[in-house]
Amino acid sequence: MSLAASLTTTPIWPSSAELVLGLVCFVVVFGILGRLLVPRITHTLNEREDAIQGGINRADEAQAEAQAVLAQYRAQLEDAKHEAARMREEAREQGAQIIAEMRERAEAEGRRITEAAQSQIEAERQQALISLRAEVGSLATELASRIVGESLTDHVRQSRLVDRFLDGLEAQTDGVRQ
Amino acid sequence: MTGDVAAAEGGCHLFSGCGFPAPGQQDFKFDTMFTIGAWHVTKPEVLAILCALVVIVFFWVAFANPKLIPGKMQSLGELAILGVRDQIIRPQLGKKGDKYLPYISAMFFWILLCNLIELVPVLQFPVMSRIGFVLPMVLIMYALYWYQGFKTKGFTGYFKSWIPQVPVFVLPLLILIEVAKYVVIQPVTLAIRLFANMFAGHLLLSIFMVATWYLTSASIGLVYAAGSLVMVFFVFLLELLVGLLQAFIFTTLISSYLADSLEYHH
Repeated sequence: MSLAASLTTTPIWPSSAELVLGLVCFVVVFGILGRLLVPRITHTLNEREDAIQGGINRADEAQAEAQAVLAQYRAQLEDAKHEAARMREEAREQGAQIIAEMRERAEAEGRRITEAAQSQIEAERQQALISLRAEVGSLATELASRIVGESLTDHVRQSRLVDRFLDGLEAQTDGVRQ
Repeated sequence: MTGDVAAAEGGCHLFSGCGFPAPGQQDFKFDTMFTIGAWHVTKPEVLAILCALVVIVFFWVAFANPKLIPGKMQSLGELAILGVRDQIIRPQLGKKGDKYLPYISAMFFWILLCNLIELVPVLQFPVMSRIGFVLPMVLIMYALYWYQGFKTKGFTGYFKSWIPQVPVFVLPLLILIEVAKYVVIQPVTLAIRLFANMFAGHLLLSIFMVATWYLTSASIGLVYAAGSLVMVFFVFLLELLVGLLQAFIFTTLISSYLADSLEYHH
């Protein structure tokens, strides 16, 4: 048996049927798995990666937006607090001003009322004085005429007498007052 | 099954007058199972087709209608494909090697099934221990890596990339070694490694299986039979590892050779 002939009987000598079948099997598996199915799953895997990456990006964006809105709200809240404080201050000032004004007005009113009352009192006093003077005069005159017996009905004389009396009376009271 | 194994199954035991029917080369030669025209179909051929069908059916079920949110089968398939991409292709070729995923994954899963079918009862024969099934893939790899080399570096450029940058006086020797490496050593070792591993594994497994049966007799042989049975379990697990490892190594080396043909190394 030659070397070549003996080689063909060893396990390292391929049978032609197996060579062909091995090629066919591999090509079929490669055709279906490699050319058809792997590209599909690769496509799906890429899509999934995109979806996850997109989801993460969207979440990041949403978070950034939320942060921005929060910051904005905080700023607004701060502004509102300042505004409120300012308004409170203003209100207090205004209140104080109003109270002061009211007080001033009330004082003025009080003064006016007091003055009016005083002038009225004065006027009434004058009136009372005048009517008293007339009354006292007539009473005194009547009394005197009864005592003297002289009619003092003459008006001119009568009033002159009364005036003299009263002047003396006033001078007396002035001297006492001083 | 071949004659010796059949003899052992037929009741050839220790001390029964017949010698140990040691498994050997003859266990890798199969008679025709049935005939289709001029094609005499043998067991390894049937198993090769069966493995191809299993791979196709599994990935068809998993990936025929892929969803963004995967089902159980799709998750499993993705795990398998991404395993090939991340453990075999990317360490050798990086991200640009992803275009070889269809080629490498088809090869990996078919070889894996062909190796592991050795461990399925009744079927129990590693397809890749018939070198005829290994060689087509080696030849395809060979064609692809020369083609890639010429395509990326140009005809002369590819050969120039073989020449290492070393002192001139060692060049003649190194060029010889490089040429031998690319033209002979790489493809031949690739083929022999897978074939021989599966061949040896199957031989080892059948030796202990036949020995367990042969040693079983009403004598001291029972003790040896028990020892042999333990070895069957051990070798079974070993073969599980070897089957997976050889499929992994075969595809990893092809990725590495492709990377070599694509890049300037020297």
